[in-house]
Amino acid sequence: MAGIHLKDVRHSYLAKPTRDEDFALKKVNMEWEDGGAYALLGSSGCGKTTMLNLISGLLNPSEGQILFDGADMTNASTEARNIAQVFQFPVVYDTMTVRQNLEFPLRNRGVPASEIQQRVSNIADMLDLTERLDTRAAGLTADGKQKISLGRGLVRSDVNAILFDEPLTVIDPHLKWQLRSKLKELHEQFGATMIYVTHDQTEALTFADQVVVMHDGMVVQTGTPVELFEKPLHTFVGNFIGSPGMNVLSGTQQDDRVVFGGEVIDSGSWKAHLPESGEFEIGIRPEFVTFSEQGIPARIETVHDIGRLRIVTVTANEQPVKMVLAEGVPLPSDSVHISFKPEKTGLFVDGWLRQQGASA
Amino acid sequence: MSTKTQNNHAWWLVLPVVLLVAFNAVIPLMTVVNYSVQETFGDNVFFFEGVRWFQDILASERFHDALGRQFLFTAIILAIEIPLGVIIALCMPRKGVWVSVCLVLMSLPLLIPWNVVGAMWNIFALPDIGLLGKTLNALGFDYNYTREPMDAWFTVIAMDVWHWTSLVALLAYAGLTSIPDAYFQAARIDGASAWSVFRYIQLPKMKRVLTIAILLRFMDSFMIYTEPFVLTGGGPGNTTTFLSIDLVKMALGQFDLGPAAAMSIIYFLIILLVSWVFYTVTMRNED
Repeated sequence: MAGIHLKDVRHSYLAKPTRDEDFALKKVNMEWEDGGAYALLGSSGCGKTTMLNLISGLLNPSEGQILFDGADMTNASTEARNIAQVFQFPVVYDTMTVRQNLEFPLRNRGVPASEIQQRVSNIADMLDLTERLDTRAAGLTADGKQKISLGRGLVRSDVNAILFDEPLTVIDPHLKWQLRSKLKELHEQFGATMIYVTHDQTEALTFADQVVVMHDGMVVQTGTPVELFEKPLHTFVGNFIGSPGMNVLSGTQQDDRVVFGGEVIDSGSWKAHLPESGEFEIGIRPEFVTFSEQGIPARIETVHDIGRLRIVTVTANEQPVKMVLAEGVPLPSDSVHISFKPEKTGLFVDGWLRQQGASA
Repeated sequence: MSTKTQNNHAWWLVLPVVLLVAFNAVIPLMTVVNYSVQETFGDNVFFFEGVRWFQDILASERFHDALGRQFLFTAIILAIEIPLGVIIALCMPRKGVWVSVCLVLMSLPLLIPWNVVGAMWNIFALPDIGLLGKTLNALGFDYNYTREPMDAWFTVIAMDVWHWTSLVALLAYAGLTSIPDAYFQAARIDGASAWSVFRYIQLPKMKRVLTIAILLRFMDSFMIYTEPFVLTGGGPGNTTTFLSIDLVKMALGQFDLGPAAAMSIIYFLIILLVSWVFYTVTMRNED
């Protein structure tokens, strides 16, 4: 087991990258603590898989260093790094039985036979594969094959880290819950560092203690689920986490103040952070927008009832604003005004949070 | 009650296919069957002979010898071409400009007409003027393919390997390049050795193309005619007289149409049987 440190790592799939866009992974500094359960969250193509392959050694970074407990592993082989990785789509050795598949990574490392047998039967039990241990792996369904892939990763109990690259994509929904809780169980049992890549926020939030959000080749935020919700450092995090995502609105600057729909959002504390171009955005989560007696004049457009909550879309300052209302809260009928909870309102410049909690 | 109209006129739509199959396969084959049970002395006069020609052929030592040589030849070239083709495919680059260069170079022998291949090797291997023959003799080997049976076999086999290994290599290469990267990544994570990667990933994934390659090479080599005919003419003696060379000698050289027809049918059934057994056995575990 080891803590993994990515130091100024950049990676490009091109031979001679020149521009910033050539990099699949742009300048990443990231500390994965020993024994942590991490979720790596982000949309497709944001560099999640690249990050995993760099950690496991399937790729060598174009620039930067990778340290395991301080030891330089930047150019070490996959073998030397001792990392397990489970891929998105099942990989099984067709000609082997399920048992031989599970034994394979242990045999390759010369683990004694008695230990192999014990570990394989443990893992097979956990994954409900015991009855099929002696059938040919090629005959299993996609579900079953992915369980074998998972099993080949989990059977190695002495690994530095286990990386999961969207491992449950091909698995049935009811099995997903089951397997995810088993992974969590295993994590508590063995304490290996686990990094779980997904683009499903529910999956990320239920699995991990720490969620790492990636966007466009960068790590934009690392934090607990609550931190990501309450203080998104980037509009992407605001949008990606939470349903519906954060409102990103354009306001105007009047002298020292920031104004939205005729109402002062900030009376001066943001001024130092406003760029010269005057281009900035105001971020506010739908949960922190409320109807009020006075405030920003608005017009109700649509109301969606989603069970215990209602999502109301209003138009204010000619922009759509989403708000979340609890069941039973009456909707105002005629003159509608909304207001933003000041300490939850953020100033974003170029997508990044500059200042939160405007003084009222 | 069913309101479906019964109309059998649609059968006419099958007619073109029936005609095509009839003229291209059934009728020629039936002609051979027809000859195989009759005797002729020319003038288009035929006498019915029953299964006599079949009995004669099956009991004939000449047929046994040709069949034995045929199986030996096919076994040797398969044993060389299949592993060699796989090795070449494994060594070929996966991407870049060299891929096209390799593919073109590999395809060249396949594009040369068979009689030209025979003629090329005939000259190439001549002990007095041919590059191969002269070099071998200069190196101290007593090499003369027109006189020594072993030398003739060596030359015929070398020629076939040169001509056809590319086909196996190209098929194997196609099989190799279709394996998703994830398999190789997983193998690295699992700590598999290069041999394990070959044994448990590449070879199983190549199984289908290799089956096709073996079948094609079996059928082609079992029917080989043009190249050895041009190269050695079946000699020295009868030592490189394979089944088809023997068949042509019998049918056109001796004008024994009846026995030749019977031999053709036996020949055809042997190829069919071996191919079927091989395919069934290799594919029995496939889903």
